[in-house]
Amino acid sequence: MTAGAIVMMTIAMAVLWGGLVAAILNVVRFKGTEPTEPARDL
Amino acid sequence: MWHGGAMSQTRAPIDRGRFSNKTVFIMAAIGSAVGLGNIWRFPYVAYEGGGGAFILPYLVALLVAGIPLLLLDYAIGHSQRGSAPLSFARLSRKLEFIGWWQVAICVVISVYYAAILAWSVQYVGFSFTEAWGDDPEAFFFEDFLRAADAEVTLDFVPAVLIPMLIIWIVAIVVMALGVQRGIGATAVIFIPVLLIAFGALVVQALMLPGAIDGLQTLFQPNWAALLDPTVWASAFGQIFFSLSVGFGIMITYASYVGRKIDMTGSGFVVGFANSGFELLAGIGVFSALGFLAQTSGAAVADVVAGGIGLAFIAFPAIISEAPFGELLGVLFFVSLVLAGFTSLVSILEVVISAVRDKLELSRVRAALVVTVPMAVVSILLFTTTSGILVLDIADYFINRFGILLVALVAMLAVGWGVRRVPSLAEHMSRHGSVKLGRWWVVLVMTITPVLLAAMLVLELTSAITEPYGGFPAWMLGVFGWGVAGAALGIGILLSIPAWKTTTPLEAPEHDEEVVR
Repeated sequence: MTAGAIVMMTIAMAVLWGGLVAAILNVVRFKGTEPTEPARDL
Repeated sequence: MWHGGAMSQTRAPIDRGRFSNKTVFIMAAIGSAVGLGNIWRFPYVAYEGGGGAFILPYLVALLVAGIPLLLLDYAIGHSQRGSAPLSFARLSRKLEFIGWWQVAICVVISVYYAAILAWSVQYVGFSFTEAWGDDPEAFFFEDFLRAADAEVTLDFVPAVLIPMLIIWIVAIVVMALGVQRGIGATAVIFIPVLLIAFGALVVQALMLPGAIDGLQTLFQPNWAALLDPTVWASAFGQIFFSLSVGFGIMITYASYVGRKIDMTGSGFVVGFANSGFELLAGIGVFSALGFLAQTSGAAVADVVAGGIGLAFIAFPAIISEAPFGELLGVLFFVSLVLAGFTSLVSILEVVISAVRDKLELSRVRAALVVTVPMAVVSILLFTTTSGILVLDIADYFINRFGILLVALVAMLAVGWGVRRVPSLAEHMSRHGSVKLGRWWVVLVMTITPVLLAAMLVLELTSAITEPYGGFPAWMLGVFGWGVAGAALGIGILLSIPAWKTTTPLEAPEHDEEVVR
């Protein structure tokens, strides 16, 4: 592979997979409120 | 229920079903977003759009249009606590037709989407015997589908009919089980399995000779492509079509989420998970294409394909040549089935949820009333020798002049018609980890609609100047323009009947699950 292709592949991985990891960490760390009890369907 | 002897009457809360927690909701939303398009469309679009340079317009599209639009859908469903028609009706009675328009679009998509899943199920079995022999293309069109020449027939193809029946039966069972035990449980099981299966496929593809050439072809940046407006349009199109936004799915799913859940943070997870999976698909698919090019003595550019051509023609050729090809085939087609099924379930839920809200039916009854007739239509239309022709036309037109158009109308109606975007931003920010400020309001009210309108004009110009696929005008008229137009017409008609008096047309104010 050429250097240009390797750099772009690395950037794509860093941005998209890194973005996913950052988004997951944000959601996990954020203290929201979960429902008190699971609801059932009719 | 009656309370004492007083004249006042209160109703018991009617539970529409709910995702038990944030994780299940995120999994279900990822299951909806990650579908066939991630696997067979993104790699081709990225290659055509400048290879490595495509990441730039793609990322801009994700952040400027994809995630903001996803959050708008979440905001509508989460604040109004209803199916697409009920949510729009609660925003303004005049907007209810948009919700029914989305429901009609989902009906069209689900009846043909099931057919592609049926083909994929059959190809899992074919992978073991390499049933396509030396000519996968002739096998697919002539032996497997027995495709007719531009005519509509009722000549059934048993090889498609049987897996189609299986797909619909499983879908009906999942839908009848409900939001948590059906949709949620399916996503929680299928998404990790999909990730493992596709991950294994990528590892195997990377070890094939020629894989590096494939990756070189995919990621080699062509910076000149960034000056081409159509490349930017295709980046926005890819994000738009792969995120399942704009046609009611995310509105419906968000209505099943507890009031205090972090919806904005969840939206970013779903957006990046969808795009992250697309990148993984690009790596796997182009590694395999690199191998195919090497074995056939051609350049990678000569074997690049997308859509049905990639899945049912190029991949079988790769499977035939690759070491442990049967394993590669099983992993690929199982991935298609898993990704496609969770998307099919989400599309069906838009319809079931709407019918349930409108008619106040029980879960099981609504699931049967909706899915059984759809299964019959799906089988009648798409298990015949003319199935693939109808599918091709309907898919092209309903995506462009159904989903794209209704998304634009919805954004304009909510943003400029009833001017609810600022209050939706406030709603989403109340319990969200990412606060939706002025930046989101500007994106949703101005920039994204302008971009969608530009895409729509480009698509409309293309469809008018170059009749799609060389099909006869009557077929394009009936199954293309006709179906897309009928979806709008049906949406308007369905919005006319009044809601039952027991269905409040205002959203509950507090963290209640009362949504009748």
